[in-house]
Amino acid sequence: MPDTLAIKRISASPSALIPLESLRSGGPVYSKLVDISKCIGCKGCEVACKEWNDLKVEQTSNFGSMQSHKDLSSNTWLLMRFNEVEIGDDLSWMIKKDACLHCEEPGCLFACPAPGAIVQYQNGIVDFNQDQCIGCQNCVSGCPFDIPRFDKETKTVAKCNMCIDRVEVGLEPACVKTCPTNAIQWGIKDDMLALAEKKVETMKRRGYEHAALYNPGGVGGTHMMYVVPHGDRLEDYSLPAHPVASPAPLGGLNVLRRVGSYLLGFGVLSALAHFLAVGPMSPEEDS
Amino acid sequence: MPISRRTFLKASVAGVGISALGFDLKPAYAAVRQLKIRNAREYKTVCPYCAVGCGTIAYVHGSGGLNTTNTIIHVEGDPDNPINGGTLCPKGASQMGLAISPRLRKSPMFREGGASEWREVDWDFAMDWLARKFKESRDATFTEQDSQGRTVNRTNGIAWVGSATVANEDAYLITKTMRAMGLTYIDHQARI
Repeated sequence: MPDTLAIKRISASPSALIPLESLRSGGPVYSKLVDISKCIGCKGCEVACKEWNDLKVEQTSNFGSMQSHKDLSSNTWLLMRFNEVEIGDDLSWMIKKDACLHCEEPGCLFACPAPGAIVQYQNGIVDFNQDQCIGCQNCVSGCPFDIPRFDKETKTVAKCNMCIDRVEVGLEPACVKTCPTNAIQWGIKDDMLALAEKKVETMKRRGYEHAALYNPGGVGGTHMMYVVPHGDRLEDYSLPAHPVASPAPLGGLNVLRRVGSYLLGFGVLSALAHFLAVGPMSPEEDS
Repeated sequence: MPISRRTFLKASVAGVGISALGFDLKPAYAAVRQLKIRNAREYKTVCPYCAVGCGTIAYVHGSGGLNTTNTIIHVEGDPDNPINGGTLCPKGASQMGLAISPRLRKSPMFREGGASEWREVDWDFAMDWLARKFKESRDATFTEQDSQGRTVNRTNGIAWVGSATVANEDAYLITKTMRAMGLTYIDHQARI
């Protein structure tokens, strides 16, 4: 397995709580940086995502918005949301690139009871492995950003995998590559943080006094970060202001589940042992 | 309790049976999908849609051998191209559909005046129909002289809209032909 795919956490294993250490020195830790002020709403990223990942086409309808689909789905991993909000007398387009944020502390992974169904790599990507998925949808409730979607046909859950097959060989994700206005950028997380700082400064100089970087600490930071012009109106972007994902409560449920299944197995084994040692119950003879 | 030989054997068989059910808790690692363009041949080409002319790379499966039919599997921007640097708009990003979409029309569609349904027609019919209508309109609206008696020889009833997808040579021929027909309304549709 190449170094670019060194594993950090595996769902329903001890590594979900205590991240695995890599034997080798760390490879690059990547991040996307989405500058919302630069987005022109062309939705090229949506198309590139569908095309690269061979996702099935869904019938769309016009519901009075620039938005293509109403919601994410198991076949739509990336959706540009166009929220129209009036600020003062001015109409503002609160565009959000809605896709997996690839949290440093992923709530979906903590909640997942299927070993190996969700894997976090050292490079920051959180990937779903549909072969191991049991379709319980705990990840859907564990995600603070409401990203994973259940597929009724395959009975598995799917979401953006940050084009890990491309990242593995050194290519940027499809959405990043196609973006014609530089609104989505890709690189090492430290570089992206420095770039974001500059962007926020520039925006503040231009009159967006609440411009901010969205890299929420409640989930340990994310590997898709946003630069938002209106940092005081996160809810208008459909971004949760204080997302939280902690291994303790979500992982605790899994421990309870595991204990329950062990107790069940212990019961069955005890019955078997009793059967072997004492033998079957014999009917009482009529006296 | 003394364990007899028979009980011991029974327990062994039960144990083997249980372990066969699978108690292997070793977590299975996620299998990352292989890069789908890993063995594809790359063809550098130009996006056919608008006048910007973004550079693209078409990834093709097929050895190109005599007995093979190639198929295009992916198209993305060409990072070495100075025009777009690898980026593509949504239309360009979906241009693979222009080559292989099953919805692609292979013959002209025709809807007569008053009809509500489109029907497929062959190219000969379409060209004949177009030529006839062209001539009818031209004959009906051709003006040899304007109101002040100057010779103009023009056709005001027809306009021609060019396309960004035609090549330079096509554009030259279109303009020449249409001017010869007397058209004065010749325009360009940069984003078709």
